[in-house]
Amino acid sequence: MLVAIGLVAGLFSGLFGVGGGILIVPMLIAFRGYPAKTAMATSLAAILFTAVAAATSHAGAGNVAWKEGALIGLPAVAGAYVGAAVHQRIDSRRVSLLFALFLAIVAVRLAI
Amino acid sequence: MTQDLVAMALGLLAGTLSALFGVGGGLIFVPTLIFLGKDAHVAVATSLAAMVPVILMGAWRQTRYGAVRWRDAVVVGLASVPTAKLGEVIATSLSNTTLQRAFAVLLLAVAVQMAVRTLREEPAAQPAAEPGEAP
Repeated sequence: MLVAIGLVAGLFSGLFGVGGGILIVPMLIAFRGYPAKTAMATSLAAILFTAVAAATSHAGAGNVAWKEGALIGLPAVAGAYVGAAVHQRIDSRRVSLLFALFLAIVAVRLAI
Repeated sequence: MTQDLVAMALGLLAGTLSALFGVGGGLIFVPTLIFLGKDAHVAVATSLAAMVPVILMGAWRQTRYGAVRWRDAVVVGLASVPTAKLGEVIATSLSNTTLQRAFAVLLLAVAVQMAVRTLREEPAAQPAAEPGEAP
């Protein structure tokens, strides 16, 4: 089952440029009985392999813009600390709905 | 120069949002890169490279908390390597517009799923006890 989870997540990751956590986390919870936090943490560790493999493959196709990758990825590390700290201080329910709406708007803009 | 600063600010914001809402950095990196003028193929590829430092730090932190089941993570991670390559081959074979639209569909699905999950949660519910979670 773990192998199947990895196979599906890898395809998603290489195709869409995402880590695959959106698939790994719910599948670890559903099929392996993981608690949510453990699932997210374990997914993060698994994605390390996925992202490196997918990035290497895409780099082979000549599509990685390394400068922009660094400009976005390195500040994002600091941002992740900020986000984790804020997460513990707010009632994120309404903010989550707003963010979902924002993602939907971005999706529509990308599609048209 | 200005665009570099914009990219850094967006990176900071993307990292914050992804940690705040528990979505992967890539979901935010890809549209960010497209809005910075990259085509979809470059956005997808660059997003994967950009997320590596974020994942490294996150995995390191979570390992210190004892929340990572490394054995399972290695099995899932290694299994994903060949299909990640396959995903790249498929992505590269798609036209720019098709790849961008496919990503838009994924993003919309995540937005809907996130809204549904949030609406289902009891407001101010206490998280249930999680047996088996490492201290």
